[in-house]
Amino acid sequence: MSLDLVGLATYGCSFLVLVLVQSVACLGLNLQWGQTGLFNVGVAAIVAVGSYASALVTTTVVEGRFGGYGLPVVVGCLTAMVVAGGVSALIGVLTLRLRSDYLAITTFGVAVVIDLVLRNVSALTGGPLGIGFIPRPFEGLASEPLSFGVVTLVWVGAVVALVYGVLERLVASPWGRVLRALREDERAAAALGKSPVRYRLEAFVVGGALMGLSGALFAHTLGFIAPENFTSALTFELWAMLIVGGAGNNLGALVGSAIVVALWNLTGLLTALVLPADWQARGAALRIVLIGVLLALVIVIRPRGLVEERVAVSRDLDAP
Amino acid sequence: MNLQVPVDGVIDGALLALGAAGVTLTYGTLRFGNFAHGELVSVGAYGAWLAAGALATLVPMLGVTFDGATATPALLIGLVVGALVAGGLALAVDALVYRRLRARGAAINIVMASFGVSMALRALLEAGFGARPRYYSEDLSIALDLQVARVSPDRLMVVALVMVIFGLLALGATRTRLGREMRAVGENPSLAAIVGIDVPRVVRATWMVGGAVAGAAGVGLGLLVQVRPSMGAELLLPMFAAAIVGGIGSLRGALVGGLLVGLGEAIAVQWAGPEWRAGVSFALLVAVLVVRPQGLFGRAP
Repeated sequence: MSLDLVGLATYGCSFLVLVLVQSVACLGLNLQWGQTGLFNVGVAAIVAVGSYASALVTTTVVEGRFGGYGLPVVVGCLTAMVVAGGVSALIGVLTLRLRSDYLAITTFGVAVVIDLVLRNVSALTGGPLGIGFIPRPFEGLASEPLSFGVVTLVWVGAVVALVYGVLERLVASPWGRVLRALREDERAAAALGKSPVRYRLEAFVVGGALMGLSGALFAHTLGFIAPENFTSALTFELWAMLIVGGAGNNLGALVGSAIVVALWNLTGLLTALVLPADWQARGAALRIVLIGVLLALVIVIRPRGLVEERVAVSRDLDAP
Repeated sequence: MNLQVPVDGVIDGALLALGAAGVTLTYGTLRFGNFAHGELVSVGAYGAWLAAGALATLVPMLGVTFDGATATPALLIGLVVGALVAGGLALAVDALVYRRLRARGAAINIVMASFGVSMALRALLEAGFGARPRYYSEDLSIALDLQVARVSPDRLMVVALVMVIFGLLALGATRTRLGREMRAVGENPSLAAIVGIDVPRVVRATWMVGGAVAGAAGVGLGLLVQVRPSMGAELLLPMFAAAIVGGIGSLRGALVGGLLVGLGEAIAVQWAGPEWRAGVSFALLVAVLVVRPQGLFGRAP
């Protein structure tokens, strides 16, 4: 029996593409939670907003549905960032001046409402079936799965590299320092004249825009999206990535994404092989428990994640 | 004028109020929004389902329905069992997860952990019982004509249950030492400890009572609708909304908030269709956060 190397390589590419796509949302979450301490329970909904925004402006006209402007993918991605950032700004303006867990409860409510809209407002979102025929860059290569996989990996990788570079600069900038100062001691930062509400809002919006970009990349690598892609399981997965990898640093977000996506795929394969057909639905539930157990283990054994945030007193001196 | 819609809304709202009472109690005393509260509701419902099923098989007499209702004496005992199981689970989760995090500070970490606990518990319920809905009874509870509206005996029993539990909670909060200690801990745990209150004991009691109330709400919901792993998670937003609209920490607020959300949902279902039910909670929540963040009966921070 000869090993299907081409098939394996193609699978590897699609796996890495998924890791990279998810890691963008995880980087956004890291900005919100890791750097600023804002707890967002509606991550999947913001990702969905970006995904649908980009799909709507880049697809061709569909009878009875909004959008279909046939714009380039780049414009779609930018639209996704603006719309997702805008929704985040609305949520932020509403809740960031209140106690910290009201943000969590409001984002939870946003997730419920956006899920309702995705499923029921067919004229805008295509309803339960979602949106298909979303343009994928280099679609012409699609008949050769491996080349298409590699090309997709390259362009998504380039986007992630760009995002990562910009974020590293942002985090090291005075702006990033203020965020961490607010996270550590709000009163001390406020005493230095930094407005907590303003900086938090900025971090929340930039993080939301990244989640939107992740959604757009998801749409343009897969080609079709549906409400099922954006349930609370996705929120949970993204959180698991950040915590396992280590909140507070961007490298941790990348590492966490790879580990959780790998675990998710492996356990999926395992449950599909081991469990009988009528147990498959329960198998999906068991996978969530498994990721939860992993999460709990990491929190107990390595509370700061696999890649720890480097705590520095100044750029010339590590913290003791 | 047709009063069926508002009457149904008030009855569903009463059940929501019971769920919100658990939220407001734990939130007010322990100072964090517990995202796993919905799963306490589901666990209570499943606990009662198991207990009532076993009882009705062992002692057939207990499985005979009350006049016109589908509820049985076995289910009443199941209610107590479900409430105790949910309360016990709340205690266990606190001992395993929340207590460690409380020691490390930052309330928002506990909120996050509760989100994880919620996902894990729901997945466990689904792995254990399957996603298929269960019913306490296959029978129908035939609605009685009460002139203003038609109400089934099951629904009347749920209203009575809610009134009894709210009465007990109100008495407990104002007339017992534990109730006063809970409010003291909610105000300021450090000061409460200084005047000799055993804070860990109060925290445990809060979880027990809050979990039991959530479990009881689950049994009521199971009787009126069905028992499913996601039943509590779907109730979470309405419960949070009711508790925040009423004002965190206020029992009266939970009752009024629950009735408001229930009425709003009934009207929305009538006008916009059942798929928009959950939107009402969100609209009320946002309205309160904009106009009066402390809620109707809450005190300004």
